[in-house]
Amino acid sequence: MKITGLSHLFKWENLHNWWLTKYFFPPLFVLCTSGDSVKVYSTRTEEWLHSLQGHTNQVTGIALNRANHLQVYSCSADGTVKLWDFIDGILIKTFIIGYPLFAIYVSEKHDGIVFLHIAMDTDSKNECFQLVAVHLPKSAEQEVEAKELSAVSSRISPNPSCTAFGREGQYIAFARHLQLNVYFFRKQKTYSFSLKATDKKGAKNAFTCIACHPADDCIATGHEDGKIRLWRNFIHTKEYTYSTQHWHHNAVNTLCFTPEGTNLLSGGIESVLVQWQYGAGNRKEFLPRLGGSILHVSTSSDGQLFCTSHSDNKITVIESSFKVCGVIQGLVKGDAVLTDLMIDPRSKALVLNGKPGHLQFYSLMRDKHLYNLDIVQQEYIYEAGLDQFEVVKAAFDINGYWLATVEERGQKSSDLEFVLKLWAYDERTQSFVLNTTITAAHTDRIISMCFSSSEETTMLVTTAEDGQFKAWCQGADADTQQDQSFWSCEFVGSYHNLKPTNCSFSADSSLLAVNFQEVITIWSPDTWELLTTLCQPPGVVRDLCFGRLSCSKYLIATTTRNLLCCWNLLTCALEWSTSVEVSKLQPDPLSENVAAFSYQSKHTDLFVFKPSEPRPLFTHKNMCSEKIHRAVFVPREEPLNNCDESSQWLNRSQLYFLTQNMDLLTFSTATEEDRMLSSSKRLVIDDSVAVTPFYLLLGKHRQQQQKLNTPSHPAADKPQQPQGSVTITELLHTPAHVLPAASVLCSMLVSSLLISNTGVRKDPLREMESSEQEMNSEKEEEHSEEEMEACDSQQELRAQGSVDEVTPKLSKAQERELKRIRKTDFSWMTGLIDSKP
Amino acid sequence: MGEFKVHRVRFFDYMPSGIRALAFNGDTERMAVARMDGSVEIFHCSDRFFQEKIIPGREQCGIEGLSWVGERLFSAGLNGGITEYDLTNQKVKYTIDAYKIPWYTFLILCFYHLNLDRQKSRIVSLSWHTSGSKIAAGMMDMIQIFNVETGHSIHRMLADRGVGTSRSKECVVWSVVYLSDGTIVSGDSVGMVKLWDDQTGTLIKSHNVTKCDVLALSVSQNEDSLVAGTSEGTVVQFQFVSMVLGKDDKEWVRTRTFKNHTHDIRAVAEITTAVVSGGMDAQLVVKPLLDKIEVRSAASALRKIHFPHRRLVFCARNSGLMLFQYPGHLELWRLGESEGKGIPGSSLFVKRNPEKLLHLKVKGEDHIRCSAVSPCGEWIVYSTASSLRLYRLHCDNNNVSITKISKLPKVLSSANQLCFSSDSSHLFSASTQSSVHIVSLSQSGCKFVGTLKPKSGSHQAIHLLAASEDGEWLASANSDHEVHIYNLQTRKAHCTVPVYSSAVTAMGIHPTTNCLFMMYADQQMCEYSIEQKQYTDWSRTVQRKGLHRLWMERDTPCLNVMFNPQNPSHVILHDTYMLCIIDQSLPLPDDKTQFYNQLTLKSLTEDQRKSHSHAFKVCKTFKDILCVELISDQSLVVVERPLEDVATQLPAPIKQKKFAT
Repeated sequence: MKITGLSHLFKWENLHNWWLTKYFFPPLFVLCTSGDSVKVYSTRTEEWLHSLQGHTNQVTGIALNRANHLQVYSCSADGTVKLWDFIDGILIKTFIIGYPLFAIYVSEKHDGIVFLHIAMDTDSKNECFQLVAVHLPKSAEQEVEAKELSAVSSRISPNPSCTAFGREGQYIAFARHLQLNVYFFRKQKTYSFSLKATDKKGAKNAFTCIACHPADDCIATGHEDGKIRLWRNFIHTKEYTYSTQHWHHNAVNTLCFTPEGTNLLSGGIESVLVQWQYGAGNRKEFLPRLGGSILHVSTSSDGQLFCTSHSDNKITVIESSFKVCGVIQGLVKGDAVLTDLMIDPRSKALVLNGKPGHLQFYSLMRDKHLYNLDIVQQEYIYEAGLDQFEVVKAAFDINGYWLATVEERGQKSSDLEFVLKLWAYDERTQSFVLNTTITAAHTDRIISMCFSSSEETTMLVTTAEDGQFKAWCQGADADTQQDQSFWSCEFVGSYHNLKPTNCSFSADSSLLAVNFQEVITIWSPDTWELLTTLCQPPGVVRDLCFGRLSCSKYLIATTTRNLLCCWNLLTCALEWSTSVEVSKLQPDPLSENVAAFSYQSKHTDLFVFKPSEPRPLFTHKNMCSEKIHRAVFVPREEPLNNCDESSQWLNRSQLYFLTQNMDLLTFSTATEEDRMLSSSKRLVIDDSVAVTPFYLLLGKHRQQQQKLNTPSHPAADKPQQPQGSVTITELLHTPAHVLPAASVLCSMLVSSLLISNTGVRKDPLREMESSEQEMNSEKEEEHSEEEMEACDSQQELRAQGSVDEVTPKLSKAQERELKRIRKTDFSWMTGLIDSKP
Repeated sequence: MGEFKVHRVRFFDYMPSGIRALAFNGDTERMAVARMDGSVEIFHCSDRFFQEKIIPGREQCGIEGLSWVGERLFSAGLNGGITEYDLTNQKVKYTIDAYKIPWYTFLILCFYHLNLDRQKSRIVSLSWHTSGSKIAAGMMDMIQIFNVETGHSIHRMLADRGVGTSRSKECVVWSVVYLSDGTIVSGDSVGMVKLWDDQTGTLIKSHNVTKCDVLALSVSQNEDSLVAGTSEGTVVQFQFVSMVLGKDDKEWVRTRTFKNHTHDIRAVAEITTAVVSGGMDAQLVVKPLLDKIEVRSAASALRKIHFPHRRLVFCARNSGLMLFQYPGHLELWRLGESEGKGIPGSSLFVKRNPEKLLHLKVKGEDHIRCSAVSPCGEWIVYSTASSLRLYRLHCDNNNVSITKISKLPKVLSSANQLCFSSDSSHLFSASTQSSVHIVSLSQSGCKFVGTLKPKSGSHQAIHLLAASEDGEWLASANSDHEVHIYNLQTRKAHCTVPVYSSAVTAMGIHPTTNCLFMMYADQQMCEYSIEQKQYTDWSRTVQRKGLHRLWMERDTPCLNVMFNPQNPSHVILHDTYMLCIIDQSLPLPDDKTQFYNQLTLKSLTEDQRKSHSHAFKVCKTFKDILCVELISDQSLVVVERPLEDVATQLPAPIKQKKFAT
């Protein structure tokens, strides 16, 4: 079992957003870094194609290989530079540098040299970076150590957008704070230009990004106050000159010239992409409302497409005519996740804060962003430091018919505003529709809320800082003529003026537990009678939940004084308690299991236990180094049948949790891993073959053949290169003028299309032996038995042999197979001729 | 420092006139500025932009263009006249009515030989090619290039009108510049600066500079920089830079934008180290180009010139009268009176309000060149370019009357500078050839006494006169930086102060020691003993030790030198921003000492104060000072003209959208 990040998501990188560099070539692909991998997306379909995996730490930069446009360099904090074939996702080479790398640059002038940012001191807080040129040794080996490092400059900003190569790679421009430096490689001379810290109007002049014109000697710089300066004549320390443009009201995050140099693109927090016409002063075009603030802009090498990455984990693909033509949206990343992680019972989508003022619905199954639900219904202003409405709480009822949300504004200032909203699911529009808005639900902010879990009556309980908890029910007053019924308050409860924090319904909704600081009160929702109180001082109750299914008689609570208690509600006595610091308690709705995340001595441990027994089912020590506050059990579509004791708790649902770094992580079992891997492999292969009439004709056949060819293989769904398809590909790929006459080929082609016998006869034994056979293999067996009479040729034998050798996971083996086929050259022809009927 | 009662005068409604044209002469480093009222001023660019000469204007004389031809200065007006100026005597030399059509333009060179194709459209601007064979003319909606020899049009290039509502408005090509490489640059009312090729008559490039008009263009002498002034008050610079470093394919690229004006910029000029601009807000702004400056110093700082470097206010010391000189009239005011004494820094109750006694309008169309009031307050004199008038004031209680002195000596036909002797018995009138005429005044009238002539030297006009208190000496300073001292008893030249490189901005003769105290435009100061014909010891000490950095960095010249009769070692000076008392008995400050030390001194004890105090006591209580004068009852008259008041009297500027408003 393994902890994995969601494979198809951009990994949330709130720590160093500016490391999300991406490059863009040919317009078919977008590459972006994501955690320790580089992801390749198609710009046409907006689909994730594959990841370039191999780095062991954060990938910090990618750069296209100027010598070969199908290759890309990536650098990582693990101290390596890797060269990839990004179309097929193959790692070509690894260069070991030995220092953590923070950015990579290449220039067309410097063949075999990459420029890297490395930290000057081991202490990275010091933010002392230097730019080094690394000569990449030419060697046939897979892993090479690159030792030839030469420092270019030490006055480097940690921000990789503050360094750029100039025209034809003749110079490199880099800025730090208020100084712009231009280093000319030929002259080996640096020119420095400084701006004043502030001018009279209080402008902040610090550099934030740099771009160099591709044809002219012009450097564009972005500044903290939103100005863009175009520098020229920078070979003179005195007669240099610059012009200033000002549109952005906040820092310019990114600048990029189009490949022809006719336009300059800029973006910032306003989430407006601005296109400045180069050389035409202040003539500009805008593309507003793109989403989160723009972090990076890049253009395709032909200038046809622009691409912006946004702080909310999104890539927008924009045509050169300034129209959005595609959006690649990952899990929307807001400033913070204030709501719990929830599962929409209907769509089984993960629900959490998304765009500002929205809830996002994210399908974990399809790993795709579904939609944003606008809760606040106010225009969000993209400006730093504004206090705007934000969704802070949300809850679904058990059927997914009702959604309750709380939005809040003014947490920092004293005048708090908050609104409780109830949304009903509309079958017709297939979305949530606002039913009731309660502006003054409580006199102070709402701390928690939950729906009752019974199917019949839906009830919402909210607790607030004003010392009360309220129960809300639908449609109490009959005087409304409308057929819609609204929500109103049914009961207000309090206990000794203490502040309630958590509330929870038991599994059958017959009991409601509300804790008032140290005291847990148990209420009957039918009569609103205080049944009993439970107390286990010292320590305020932090989290509480009821057990499920067979353990529904138990109530579990955690306190701030590192205590995990379990009460038996039948006896109203403490069943057991243990001393553990629990930051999050999460019950599984489909089983008795409860997951507890414990944060101790700077790392998080996970305990999974049943309330009935104090011994944990599963313990994972030192899971991650951050505190975990959000977690959710996601029910599986179909339960797994894991016999392995340690992973049994994952059979019915999957545990997802969110770290403080905003990484969404999950536990996955070994079988899932395999499936994930194979599905990604299949994607690659499918994509490499264009959908042509030939493919439609031959592809089906090939699949059949593929099945026939691999009955003996343990994992039938693992793709491989069947012999038949190789011949046909070879046939189709050979230039027409070197092919034999069509009459000869025709018969060959037809014969190759015939369903040939795969020589199953030879291996019935092995077939019997294979225990882990999949369902469909039986069918294939029948199938192949029918074809038993088909002729057996030496060609087939060889093919069989090759198949046996192949271990399809390894690209090396595949290569070897390809080599073998190349060696045999046209001998396949004779084989086919021989087998002529 | 001493305490003074101060009359803070703010009723001088002086309005500087808007700037209409600029012309720079690179050889002499002089900048000629034409104002809306027809006056022409000459500034010395390398001498801290000191206003050397003022040629007063006339009524109905709008200047539209200025041009230097060698060392001669020409102007063209709306009335179709072309005027040449006599810069030595600071007056108009002659005017030719070239055509009875208005030429809105400059460059007058042999214009009247031209017989261009008849134009239906108005020519708004013109520019010559350096070869002299072609002229580019900006008109309504188009630019035309004429061949000078044939007079025919070579090319006609249409300027686009604006979009939207301004589509129906004509596009006025306000300014054209013909570069030597054949590029024509035009600025128009649509807000575009366009570059045209004169061979093909095609547009090379256009830059949208503003939403309003581009009113003025100017190219630097080596044609690598171009500045455009807009009606938004911005100056936009274009530079001719190579797009690829080290190669010769240069392009005009918009680079910097300066915003120092609030109103229309009507004239710009690029001089060697700075961009000079002037407009409707009447200030002359000198914005230094840092890339052209070798050493950054006070001389190369941003400079805004609001007020003339001449005195416009004169005080009758003994009678509390003030004379205000406006271009077209004079005003005589009596100062108010206040009650008793107050603590330093407090304002006193005004017992009697100041009162305007006289409003004297100028006869004729000419504007006043200089004026004076005698210390006793009995005599008022003013001079225009063509006439000089002397009045006698009768003042008994509330009745004020004047009589014009009719029979003036012939030599008093016109004066460059006027001055009364301290006992009001004589009038000194600076005349042509640096000579000074002396006229004695009496109840009956005036009588020519004699003429003081310098032994040698230049014939430049005198711009400063200073008479000694005892009536012995008279000092005169002319625009060639010469200072002559005359003995009034013998009416002979006594001596000449060694010529300094900078112009004298103010001078005064000490009442007791008879030393001439001079202030120069570069903020240096000198004291010259008239009797010993040499610099005094104090002056030599100043020269040796040098003046404090902060003193040298002030950007307006000192305009008056006064002496405190109570304390002979005190010299009182003022410029536009401060009032300063120099105590010659105290040590001079060096660069390490705190220059503005009044507050520090206040906090120290009596003993410590002595060690910390130095000669310069600066008072910055008053702002935008036009004049400071010490009158006989030991009170100071400070005439202020707050710039905010000037700004409110200007027409409203073009409305501009400001971000976040």
